[in-house]
Amino acid sequence: MNLMAPPLITGTSVRPGDRNFRLFTTGAGVAVLAVLAAIAAFLVWKSIPALQNNTGNIFTNEQWLPDADPPQWGIAVLIFGTIWTSVIAMTLAVPVGIGTALYITFYAPRRIARTLGFIVDLLAAVPSIIFGLWGLYYFMPEIVPTAQWLSTYLGWLPIFSNDLDLYTKSILIAGFVLAMMILPTVSAISREVFWQVPKGHIEASLALGATRWEMIRMAVLPFSKPGMISAAMLGLGRALGETIAVALILSAVFEINWQITEPGGNSIAANIALKWGEAADNGRSALIATGMVLFFITLVVNMTARWVVNRRRDFSGAN
Amino acid sequence: MRPRVTPRFAATRGFVVVLAATSVSLVACGDSTSVNPAIPAAEAAMAAGDITCIDGKIQAAGSSAQANAITEWVNVYQTACPQSTIDYQPVGSGAGVEAFLSAQTSFGGTDKPVVEEDLAAATDRCGGNPALNIPLVGGAIAVAYHLEGIEELTLDPATIAGIFSSDITRWNDPAIVALNSTVVLPDAAIAQFHRSDSSGTTANFSDYLESTAPNAWDYDTGKEWTAPGGQGAKGSDQVIASVAQTPNSIGYVELSYILDAINAKPVSIDQGAGPVLPTAENASVTLASSPTLNEDGNIILDIDYTTQVTGAYPISIVTYEIVCSAGLDARKNPELVAAFLAFAASDSGQKLLGDIGYVPLSGDLLTGVRQSVDTVLAGAVR
Amino acid sequence: MVVGVAVGLLVQLTGVTFVGLAPVVMAVIVFLITYTGWTLAVEGRRHATDRFATALIYSAATLALVPLIWILVTVVVQGITVLSPQFLFVDTMRNVNPRAAGGGVAHAVVGTIQQVGIATLISVPIGLLTAIYLSEYGRGRLARSINFFVDVMTGIPSIVAGMFIYTFWILTLGFPQSGLAAGLALTILMVPVVVRSAEEMLRIVPSELREGALALGIPKYRVIMKVVLPTAISGIITGVMLAIARVTGETAPLLLTTFLAQDINWNAFSDSQASLPTFIWDQIARGTQSSLDRAWAGALTLILIVLVFYATARILAARYAPKER
Repeated sequence: MNLMAPPLITGTSVRPGDRNFRLFTTGAGVAVLAVLAAIAAFLVWKSIPALQNNTGNIFTNEQWLPDADPPQWGIAVLIFGTIWTSVIAMTLAVPVGIGTALYITFYAPRRIARTLGFIVDLLAAVPSIIFGLWGLYYFMPEIVPTAQWLSTYLGWLPIFSNDLDLYTKSILIAGFVLAMMILPTVSAISREVFWQVPKGHIEASLALGATRWEMIRMAVLPFSKPGMISAAMLGLGRALGETIAVALILSAVFEINWQITEPGGNSIAANIALKWGEAADNGRSALIATGMVLFFITLVVNMTARWVVNRRRDFSGAN
Repeated sequence: MRPRVTPRFAATRGFVVVLAATSVSLVACGDSTSVNPAIPAAEAAMAAGDITCIDGKIQAAGSSAQANAITEWVNVYQTACPQSTIDYQPVGSGAGVEAFLSAQTSFGGTDKPVVEEDLAAATDRCGGNPALNIPLVGGAIAVAYHLEGIEELTLDPATIAGIFSSDITRWNDPAIVALNSTVVLPDAAIAQFHRSDSSGTTANFSDYLESTAPNAWDYDTGKEWTAPGGQGAKGSDQVIASVAQTPNSIGYVELSYILDAINAKPVSIDQGAGPVLPTAENASVTLASSPTLNEDGNIILDIDYTTQVTGAYPISIVTYEIVCSAGLDARKNPELVAAFLAFAASDSGQKLLGDIGYVPLSGDLLTGVRQSVDTVLAGAVR
Repeated sequence: MVVGVAVGLLVQLTGVTFVGLAPVVMAVIVFLITYTGWTLAVEGRRHATDRFATALIYSAATLALVPLIWILVTVVVQGITVLSPQFLFVDTMRNVNPRAAGGGVAHAVVGTIQQVGIATLISVPIGLLTAIYLSEYGRGRLARSINFFVDVMTGIPSIVAGMFIYTFWILTLGFPQSGLAAGLALTILMVPVVVRSAEEMLRIVPSELREGALALGIPKYRVIMKVVLPTAISGIITGVMLAIARVTGETAPLLLTTFLAQDINWNAFSDSQASLPTFIWDQIARGTQSSLDRAWAGALTLILIVLVFYATARILAARYAPKER
């Protein structure tokens, strides 16, 4: 929303500075649009061959054999894995990230706040392949007992039950590692948003006798909701598209398995990483088609988020 | 409420961090002078006349199974010829062939020979001149196991197929016990590892199982692993690492990966002629006894997986280089390609393979390979 | 509070069957319940809620801290053994045997800095200008489409960005594989993050500032440049830093767009160029212990480089931000 609708300066700007600047920014926007449209067009164009010669149902087939004769492949397993790992990652990372950001901004003494913020930011720098390695060889052995605990005590819930007595390389573990990867993004951006809350609001609520939590609940969170959602969406974007770490951790068994503590699962991005090097022409085309599906998923999720945000525009500063 | 980072503070903090890091690393820095281990081999090769130095740079891409072998050759060649650079990127056979066909690289490496339409496309790429599949690197696929205290394990094709299709699930299964009467196998579940990524190694391994145990193995023989059960790991490096880390586990890897592995040992395979360990010598017996198809320098091996020759390790493989016999554009430095291949096919080159977990070629196969390389040499000289 | 901790410890000691996090989690839950209940009894509901929330938030921060420190410590411990100034600045991987020790990342450091530099130089201006357009000017169909596509772009798998540059820039347009191609692939990944976070920061700038400046007769572009942007600069820089940190560690797009060079290539515009992520990737795939050591050291190098980027960014932010009121 932009309430900077021209009150005095109507129509085209008379000042060349204004006109040029506006041209610049519009140009940048158009350039971004052009690149993205090109990428979308490229994805569609390159995926057509595989889409055309796929025997079998692309939505339900639980196989990946695009280079076989006849080619058959389906995206059901990939979408399942992508969504599940991302859901787990978001469930863990968003509350913890926002909690951390609140802690840094409102609770921690200055020293600790700086250090903690620094460490969280630093984590964004760890390459994803290292997350994969660390997740596989250092983290997984420690989490397996927790997964065992989950399946023993919460095993009456079907998703936590485990028939194989094998807890390694599961969607749950991949979700955990993904959560750690997106935590810095969610936390850092939320932190910036919280910093920008007008001090007047904060001090007013405290002056009225609110406890710290009430102040946060009443003054900070409503103001920051669009920002927090943006932070979460950026984190989700990374989780959906994370390639290498997931490829290393998941067992990549090509079947839908609701029991998330068992080994298995595959995500769209990880699948591309695993299959691209050895794929023949049709295989590559099929992988690009899955990339297109991922685009679509990201789109739907982001549009939903945008809709939620737009319903709460009241506290945005640019009004 | 907002922590203030003044420029001076930030700079100081940054400086302190960098200083700390450098000083710690200086402390940790021991003797950093390392001798290039390729020097002796380079000198020997030069002395034997197997290396001709051509200046310049070439790029190649392809199979990751032969990556360590190519690196060995590249290091020796570059040590002998400091003005030459050969960059090999182990992206995978599919991507490597595609890079070659779209004129990105000077040659490609592949686990399966280039045939049919791709071969026709390769011929086009070489300006109408034939493209040749030249096997240069012999190798083997080892089945690695991790069992405490058990120094040797023998399996036959049917049992291997059963384990990898999850029909045999415990180590003390009668089928395994029957083949290993001298050891006590634990009553434990078998943790089976296979490749999660598309892989030529998987393709060769399933080809082997289908040839030798068709009743037990009726799964796809492509680059994808389609048998049920087990866990997938990305790359031979992760398979062997998983096997090494997980007790009571088993997996299949390219031979060179098992050389340095701790806790993982190779399985001896018995298909009628006694148990055979995966070694360079044993694998070369299989390669030598496998029929070869040679059409004007385009060489394709039909590996005899069911071999019962004494001392032949059956799961042997070769990787091919797809090369233009002539017509490679000058910018891709055909002379250097030819010189490098000539070195690789020479005695000095092939000898290096045995120490690093690969299998030197020999006999008629090697003669045929050298003839193809000569064709490439001739085509490179304008 | 003491009682709560005591009860928590008691639960931990009696333990559950499985080791690991379970007893700790139980202890924390018991603590929370006891603590809140106690406050409820003594101070009343509002304060109980406040303490409960405080405890939760402290737990969140601790929960975040544990794995983060764990992974940083792992990288440092594993990587420090091979790290040295020679490893960082002098040695390359030319002629280094995978089994042998030795070798360095000088070539990869040069490559990464150049490639990330190219990506930053392209994506920050474009991203920032686009964000300005979206938050200050855009109202119509164009703005909606841009928003739409940028949303979509945030979810691009890194390998798809690499695929696109490979097919479009290298195959179709015929440019060679180069550091520039890698930089372009990274740009595609950076731009949406920069646009999204910058736009968010610009929106938060209070409208009073804009209106005050406009009321003084300042042209709109100067309002943006001199008032809005500096106010939001700290947040924008954080967004840019996050984007840089992320793309510095991206492997997949680099594998397709620039070769795996083993030697230093100072020219990012032609020929293959190494980079830290592909270096790490390649070393891990070699499978030997020496290579694995080098891979960890490479990861540590990468983090150190990003540290340097961060420090630079923070200095810039402090210089351009308005003085504290």
